[in-house]
Amino acid sequence: MSRITEAFKNKPIFMPYFPLGYPDLDTSIDVIEALAKNGADLIEVGLSFSDPLADGPVIQHATQIALEKGIAVKKSIEAIGELRNRGVTIPLILMGYYNPMLAYGLEKFVRDAKEAGADGFIIPDLPMEESEEFIKVAGDLPLIPMLAPTSSPERMEMIARNAQGFIYLVSVTGITGERKSLAEGLGDLIAQVREHTSAPVCVGFGIGTPEQAKEVGEMADGVIVGTACVRTIGGSESPVETAREFAKSFAKVLR
Amino acid sequence: MTLLPHKFGPYGGQFVPETLMPALIELEEAFVAARADVQFQKEFNKLMASFVGRPTPLTYAKRLSEKLGGAQIYLKREDLAHTGAHKINNALGQALLAKRMGKRRMVAETGAGQHGVASATAAALLGFECVVYMGEVDIARQEPNVFRMKLLGSEVRPVSSGTKTLKDAINEAIRDWVTNVRDTHYLLGSALGPHPYPTIVREFQSVIGTEAREQMMMEVGCLPDTVIACVGGGSNAIGVFSGFVNDEQVELIGVEAGGSGIETGKHAARFGDPSKGRVGVIHGTRTYVLQDEDGQIAETHSVSAGLDYAAVGPEHALMRDTERAFYTSATDTEALDAFQTLCHTEGIIPALESSHAVAEVIKRAPRMRKDQVILVNLSGRGDKDLNTVIKELGTEF
Repeated sequence: MSRITEAFKNKPIFMPYFPLGYPDLDTSIDVIEALAKNGADLIEVGLSFSDPLADGPVIQHATQIALEKGIAVKKSIEAIGELRNRGVTIPLILMGYYNPMLAYGLEKFVRDAKEAGADGFIIPDLPMEESEEFIKVAGDLPLIPMLAPTSSPERMEMIARNAQGFIYLVSVTGITGERKSLAEGLGDLIAQVREHTSAPVCVGFGIGTPEQAKEVGEMADGVIVGTACVRTIGGSESPVETAREFAKSFAKVLR
Repeated sequence: MTLLPHKFGPYGGQFVPETLMPALIELEEAFVAARADVQFQKEFNKLMASFVGRPTPLTYAKRLSEKLGGAQIYLKREDLAHTGAHKINNALGQALLAKRMGKRRMVAETGAGQHGVASATAAALLGFECVVYMGEVDIARQEPNVFRMKLLGSEVRPVSSGTKTLKDAINEAIRDWVTNVRDTHYLLGSALGPHPYPTIVREFQSVIGTEAREQMMMEVGCLPDTVIACVGGGSNAIGVFSGFVNDEQVELIGVEAGGSGIETGKHAARFGDPSKGRVGVIHGTRTYVLQDEDGQIAETHSVSAGLDYAAVGPEHALMRDTERAFYTSATDTEALDAFQTLCHTEGIIPALESSHAVAEVIKRAPRMRKDQVILVNLSGRGDKDLNTVIKELGTEF
């Protein structure tokens, strides 16, 4: 059984996002380890890109700092290996934009990521239309498909039907970042997606508080928290301690 | 799966977040329908004539030709189009499309400000709310255009992320579009970005090439031997090239921004610097991109904001591979020299972008015979660049 399938045994799951290299490489590895060991069921490990066009200001800022501190694809993949050495057993999904992967070489990227212990990929600028090349190379590691509130019923069906791993449902029409309230009609949107697939449906974009997570958790199989995680932990004087508390506070409401 | 070809050989495509895919599909459908609609074509052509002032003239550059002592030089005068550059052709075309799609709001990016001004103009004319994203660096060097956009009723939002230039303005425009996609059209200003933009922009800019070819035949009596245009994203170039692409004997030359010189690393020559210009994906399209070893998009430099961009339109990438067009570069200094030369010999103040094309003419014309003809696309006028030019020329000026 894959680590991803294993993770979804107890739903809903908590999936934080954190970029490698922020505020520096060592701290980011410690933070991800702390998240993993204090309640995260799956972690989206962020690869930095100079032009993150699906991200709001908080994640842009964090990944910019990571780049200034010298993060690169190679170091990021090595960090996955380090996390496995430290006994992190939950699924780690690499989330990043396509160009750095192309520059690294797709085959090498997938091979090195797999060897290091990554479990799959999320690539926000690689829609269904362009994903064939990557999927062919990725083999048994899933490319997590994304759906949005703007996706037509036809697209939902096509994308959901072939879903591997789980579905990343973008809850708002927009970029990453916390919102005061949950998107209207989220329940209907989740129900629509479920018509086409038995794969787990996880919801991200706009979820910032344990209360919101709890509400989403009642409808979805997983709750993705990115911006709030980066902002809270990145802005803290003791990031690792904060990461522990952050993971606990979300895990608690989802159990 | 798309109605129109979505790639140019291996280049192009639609590398965008899922949220935008339905909007791209809708745009393509609207474009295909509009293209087949006689009424739409009529409306577009009428605006081109009565509002933009088309056809723009073809001017024989007599004194420049004599000074260089070789080929005869003709200028396609896009600088005389309303708002001062070719950008208005595409802005009006897309605004008409947006109206047809029932959008009420437009967002645009701008580098030199010419596309921003064209968008603001189209928005005012057709009654759209319009937000233009512009990098802080570009705002500083193209201030007159910022005032013009505001006067025309658009909001100019400064972009302070990344390199604070065109690339980052595109990121912000896309972020706005992702958020407001239901009622907003993204008026992309160059022949780049995800399909169908490169095709749409070429189509609306092809008026340059169509007119220029007809004018050459009618007024000069022959086709040019060489057509030269500057290439940032590449919309003016693709527009003028499109008129001659089937005339195999006509040589097509694109001129990139050589900045401080290729060897300095401070430039925007995607084709001219193999150490940094490699095939990659940026802003929804696969093309030649200036990037570092890790795939991070490189900082670019050019004295002209409109050419200061890390990627080139995907159709140019294909034309370069197939050798249908050839690409070279001109440095800041060469462009500034060409700027002054055209001012002195022809009484025309060209945009710094267009001055790169003129710089190539200055290199090339003396090596050609007197019975040969060069057509250069003078894509815009230089009024917006006076601050930059005065600063660059300093005491010498």
